Amino acid sequence: MAIATKKKLVQWDPTEIKEELLKKYPPKVARKRAKQILINEAQENETPEIQANVRTIPGIITMRGCTYAGCKGVIMGPTRDIVNLVHGPIGCSFYAWLTRRNQTSAGPDGENYMTYCFSTDMQEQDIIFGGEKKLARAIQEAYDLFHPKSIAVFATCPVGLIGDDIHTVTKNMKEKFGDCNVYAFSCEGYKGVSQSAGHHIANNQVFRHIVGENDEVKPGKFKINLLGEYNIGGDGFEIDRIFKKCGITNIATFSGNSTYDQFASAHTADLNAVMCHRSINYVADMLETKYGIPWIKVNFIGANATAKSLRKIAQYFADKKLIDTVEKVIAEEMPEVEKISREVRTRTEGKTAMMFVGGSRAHHYQELFNEMGMKTISAGYEFAHRDDYEGRQVIPDLKVDADSRNIEELEVEADATRYNPRKSAKEMAALEKAGLKFKDYAGLLPDMAKDTLIIDDLNQYEAEKLVELMRPDIFCAGIKEKYSVQKLGIPMKQLHSYDSGGPYAGFKGAVNFYHEIDRLVNSRVWGYMQAPWQKNPQLSASYNWE
Amino acid sequence: MLLRHTPKEITERSGLTINPAKTCQPIGAMYAALGIHGCLPHSHGSQGCCAYHRSTLTRHYKEPISAATSSFTEGSSVFGGQANMMQAINNIFTVYDPEIIAAHTTCLSETIGDDLKQIKIKAEMEGKIPPGKEFISASTPSYAGSHVTGFSSMVRAMAEMAVPTGKKNGKVNIIPGWVEPADMEEIKRLANLIGIKHILFPDTSGVLNGPLSGEYKMFPDGGTTIAELKSTGDSIGTLALGEWCSADAARYLDTQHKVPCSILDMPFGLMATDRFIDALRTVAGKTVPDEISVERGQLVDMISDMHQYLYHKKVALVGDPDQLIAMTEFLVSIDMQPIHIVTGTPGKKFEKRIREITKDMDCEVKVKAKGDMFLLHQWIKNEPVDLIIGNTYCKYIARDEDLPFVRWGFPILDRQGHQYFPTVGYKGGLRLLEKILGVLMDRKDRDDPEEKFELVL
Repeated sequence: MAIATKKKLVQWDPTEIKEELLKKYPPKVARKRAKQILINEAQENETPEIQANVRTIPGIITMRGCTYAGCKGVIMGPTRDIVNLVHGPIGCSFYAWLTRRNQTSAGPDGENYMTYCFSTDMQEQDIIFGGEKKLARAIQEAYDLFHPKSIAVFATCPVGLIGDDIHTVTKNMKEKFGDCNVYAFSCEGYKGVSQSAGHHIANNQVFRHIVGENDEVKPGKFKINLLGEYNIGGDGFEIDRIFKKCGITNIATFSGNSTYDQFASAHTADLNAVMCHRSINYVADMLETKYGIPWIKVNFIGANATAKSLRKIAQYFADKKLIDTVEKVIAEEMPEVEKISREVRTRTEGKTAMMFVGGSRAHHYQELFNEMGMKTISAGYEFAHRDDYEGRQVIPDLKVDADSRNIEELEVEADATRYNPRKSAKEMAALEKAGLKFKDYAGLLPDMAKDTLIIDDLNQYEAEKLVELMRPDIFCAGIKEKYSVQKLGIPMKQLHSYDSGGPYAGFKGAVNFYHEIDRLVNSRVWGYMQAPWQKNPQLSASYNWE
Repeated sequence: MLLRHTPKEITERSGLTINPAKTCQPIGAMYAALGIHGCLPHSHGSQGCCAYHRSTLTRHYKEPISAATSSFTEGSSVFGGQANMMQAINNIFTVYDPEIIAAHTTCLSETIGDDLKQIKIKAEMEGKIPPGKEFISASTPSYAGSHVTGFSSMVRAMAEMAVPTGKKNGKVNIIPGWVEPADMEEIKRLANLIGIKHILFPDTSGVLNGPLSGEYKMFPDGGTTIAELKSTGDSIGTLALGEWCSADAARYLDTQHKVPCSILDMPFGLMATDRFIDALRTVAGKTVPDEISVERGQLVDMISDMHQYLYHKKVALVGDPDQLIAMTEFLVSIDMQPIHIVTGTPGKKFEKRIREITKDMDCEVKVKAKGDMFLLHQWIKNEPVDLIIGNTYCKYIARDEDLPFVRWGFPILDRQGHQYFPTVGYKGGLRLLEKILGVLMDRKDRDDPEEKFELVL
């Protein structure tokens, strides 16, 4: 079997690696980056501090995208029955057209606008004279063509600069139609420092304009919302399969495979299970404050993590039958998972991984690698905040800088009629005592080994250096990073879009992932880098053909 | 159905674009800049623009796409992005050390009025651009034109690098337009066969179709060199392929430096390639070698061999003006019937040109510039076709309408080959025919009843 045989020549010390990464930078850049690169020492209670959610450095090739991408692409992209209309020049809408692999199941007759790309295609005269009229026309035309239940409008950079009042335009159109909820997102690309600001803007508006619109009580005994799951490669389908098997009703996923009505009914659930802490923890907080729904952190990436999360949900509902069903499901699903992980482990044990992605995935995916006996030697987020690294206890200490200040924080209070604490204070205390932690996320650092490197907002130069110096067996990031890493002879797995694979969540997803990583790290192709004459450049002249 | 909400009935739209047949200027500028050797493209705007362009180009080429950004914040959007650009220039030359930065604007920096030419002067005065290094820029507002316009503007910025010495270099400038790296290679091969010394710019061959060897070169071996670009003002003439992509740069060299130019169509298909080869031979005063005549003959041979399968087949086309003009002519020349033709790029000239090419066809032809794929789909619903040719997004229409589909254009996100196998020239014409015939015959083999199923076609 041809396995990548190149290994690091020198065993680097993490301090030396950090120095190597910083060496080439101008002093100011080096100072800033030094605070975003951390050598983990989180063995005890104290975690060291990392700088995160700060500006990208101009000219340093970043992995990050913009606020619009976080809002339109990540959060609203997976919603199938909302017409997502981008107000701006054509590019922003074009690039977000079907590129994120959010799967959806509309059935044969259901509404599904995800395959469409809607734009006002602003022209020079719109920039000069304002684009509000064109936006109103576009909304009207979308309404006339499709009669959707909802139209969402997204601002792009020039819209904010020229001062188009998209919120008034959408409000007027909503009133005019009567049967179509129209609202807007001020998610101009220049806001904030990364996609994260866009997640926040999107979620705020979903909370403000959609959640609570439908009070109808949905059937189901154990009703939850799954927050921060985007159904990339069908992850959400697998999680929903497991929920169904356990008898758990998923009222709304924010926002994988979602519908308008799911959002509208989210306040009728009895528990919020938060997957991606970064993109949505504030929605969980708001749902608790306004409607009295508690939240717990879950993770369905990794078979053990999935089992653990299911047990947490069952523990919350404290229903014997649910607890038993969950145990039964875990007992049914795990043998197949364990069979494959045992088999794959013979080829993956001891191999090393790096992952630089998202605001949760760089943490969650370590579970899967652990299950394969692989060690994560370096990791970091693209757009996370300090609490995603260090845990929620740092939230009160977070500095509110100019870039965070211009992202709206909704002031939420208990709903006059619908606030209903799902558990009494006494029940909550008892659950806490029994080990179920609410509103709790300890972050990435405690789960990483001592002396591993944690790097925020890793850039192309550092990625290349890291790979050269440490030569991991696999590197995980996004599409922009994929081929520069692979040129170095290291397999690269996309953890944003999963290349074209998935699902990787839940039990079946874990099996898919084991096979995928096995395929990647053991592929024959990494042994073909050099031609025979490059391996043996010495010519020994020979005049015969023996 | 994937596009289940698209109605057959066509209604007028004045505000809403659905399923665009174009994207914005900056990505074209970025692609063009990658065709300069040792160049780091730079996007002066929000970092999302750069991320989107890099992602799209990466998905199309399956190759690393390096480009930097000014990473505007709200503050820079208010006070101007000069400080960001100055910082970026310093960081880029320190960390990545390219030979040249090719910067383009975005709708953001254009709306606030940042002037890259002025920023360059300031950077030079402050010594931010190291000796021997270059900085060029193009204005590429996303709210005008299309990705094709942005490409053209960056190519013009390359032409503006010309520093005539007064002594002719005996070369012909060839501006290939927005074609694939493999096409650029093929154009060079043809020019070399005829024996013409040339400067091809931009040239993404060897940049975006690189090998896997265990080594990552941020600046691959390919690309037009700075020395070549500086020398274009000394060339004996310029052949610009494509009015939309290449003419601006060629005319600049003509008016500024008296380098005469011919604007030709992109050499897709028989006749456009004939004109290209004829022009090459004429400017160089050379005889066309037999090798090329044989290639031509092979293309004609395949057209005649397979004519029965092509004859009067109806085709829907979507893409960019220069490519569509040549492709329409090719399809007409092989007796196919391109009846629905859409580009998202504006330009009445496009519609006029298509009308001329199709004027002798005995069926109605619908053509639209500044159109979109939603309209194209509606046309198809009203008047079905046998084949659709366009970028990957056509696959949604092709599946819903059960149409044979040839991927051609930008972006191609789901198939391989465009990086490596040209569609320009006679050889490229053979490949186009192979692809067209392949999907048509696969369809025939799928649909023919068992009693009529044919072994030999």
